[in-house]
Amino acid sequence: MPRLDGKVVLLSGGASGIGAATARLVVREGGKAMLADRDEAKGRALAAELGGDAADFVPLDVVQEPSWQAAVAATTRRFGALHGLLNAAGVGVRNTIEDCTLAEYRRVNDINSLGTFLGCKSAIGAMKDSGGGSIVNISSVLGLRGAAYAMAYCASKGAVRTLTKNVALHCAQMKYNIRCNSVHPGYIDTPMIAPRLEQNAGNMTGRQALEDLHPLGRLGRPEEVAAMILFLLSDESTFSTGSEFVCDGGLTA
Amino acid sequence: MVSPGMSDELSGQVAIVTGAASGIGAATASLLAGAGATVIAADLQEAKGGSGRFVAHDVASEDSWKALLEDVLAREGRLDIMVNNAGISGGSGTIETTTVESWQHVQAVNSEGVFLGCKYAIQGMKKTGPAKPASRGSIVNISSIAGLVGGAGPTAYTASKGAVRLLSKSVALYCAEQKYDIRCNSVHPGGVDTAIFNPLWQAVGHEQGKAFIGSRHPIGRMSEPSELGEVVLFLASERSSFVTGAEFTADGGITAGLMRRSLLAPS
Repeated sequence: MPRLDGKVVLLSGGASGIGAATARLVVREGGKAMLADRDEAKGRALAAELGGDAADFVPLDVVQEPSWQAAVAATTRRFGALHGLLNAAGVGVRNTIEDCTLAEYRRVNDINSLGTFLGCKSAIGAMKDSGGGSIVNISSVLGLRGAAYAMAYCASKGAVRTLTKNVALHCAQMKYNIRCNSVHPGYIDTPMIAPRLEQNAGNMTGRQALEDLHPLGRLGRPEEVAAMILFLLSDESTFSTGSEFVCDGGLTA
Repeated sequence: MVSPGMSDELSGQVAIVTGAASGIGAATASLLAGAGATVIAADLQEAKGGSGRFVAHDVASEDSWKALLEDVLAREGRLDIMVNNAGISGGSGTIETTTVESWQHVQAVNSEGVFLGCKYAIQGMKKTGPAKPASRGSIVNISSIAGLVGGAGPTAYTASKGAVRLLSKSVALYCAEQKYDIRCNSVHPGGVDTAIFNPLWQAVGHEQGKAFIGSRHPIGRMSEPSELGEVVLFLASERSSFVTGAEFTADGGITAGLMRRSLLAPS
């Protein structure tokens, strides 16, 4: 039996990177994937590739609550339920405590943290109506450890980490049968880190420098994070909630 | 016996404490002053009988931060200690009831306020005049156990304190790498008897509310603001000179074990 048999999953950032890899896996495991993204062309192309019965696309701007409400409504209208939410949309920005402006701090925190908050808030109602569900929020290893050159990003991912636990406990207390967990990837070979791969660091290429950070000696693949997310979306993880799932090639060990 | 707080270990040092008019901020200002520091008590409104020089200040306003640092560098001529303590609970919203407006207000004070506090503190600490001994700066950010676990506060507050926890580490690592000799740590209080619990005090009375929250702590009581002030004093002083990017929990044991329910949930 497929691992997500008939489960409907809404994926923010579903057009690329970790979101897209998860969407492929959701469909392969018998689920329905509603890709939600700002990049309409890419999202629609992937939905078409995955097949009209199993996947569709809805435009989403994660910092706008009405946009989230519309995405959830489109999902239940199209697939009749909502069992899973992946909050994968996010921005990776390099800045420090000295050079980051207030406007930039707010922009990064709005997309990564407010966006995840709104995703959780908007999905809970539809998940309740569907008999329960699983929310997976993408935090980062930088939600666990600090980095000098990712100040605003660290703050936003630290917020996602504790927000996730708050959502998990609320849903548990209310007996909604909704779980909520955070996933903490290391550096994954996705469009988010593509600019970093080109920047040489000393005598290493950007890619080598990032690979070198991980004890496994390489970058993560989106499919490897997707595999962890699929476990959390599926009924294989029904006793896990409010927890942190690390997928980082040993980086934080 | 000489109380460590009455020593002069901070003499010649200048400290800014935000939210200094009440609670942990007031207790910290008093302890830092007692240890010989010149304290600038920054808050929206002045408290009667508070320690230090009062400056009207709004942590969420960048203009207010610029004015504060300009004023301190003009008047006191240096900055050594920054205590980012000001914060709000933002009500009792859950993931289902928190509005975008309330979320953004809480982040503006608790998260952006600490970001700006660190940013301007570093500027100030670097600007110490050449005739004066260099600042060996210490930044202390008040997070919360809500920055560690999910059931210790409302949704927006929990996210904001998680942001402060990681922001502090980034600042610590950056300053270490730049060899600024500025340390940065976060403090994670449990239930402290301060105005942040005013809604609860108003609902059930101060003594009863205190006993209720206290009963959720393994140590069996809430903490007094001065118990957190002592943690801040340690982190502000040279006694903690190898401590940076770390988390200091003072919560009566509440996060040491298993929290069966949310701190504020009815028993």
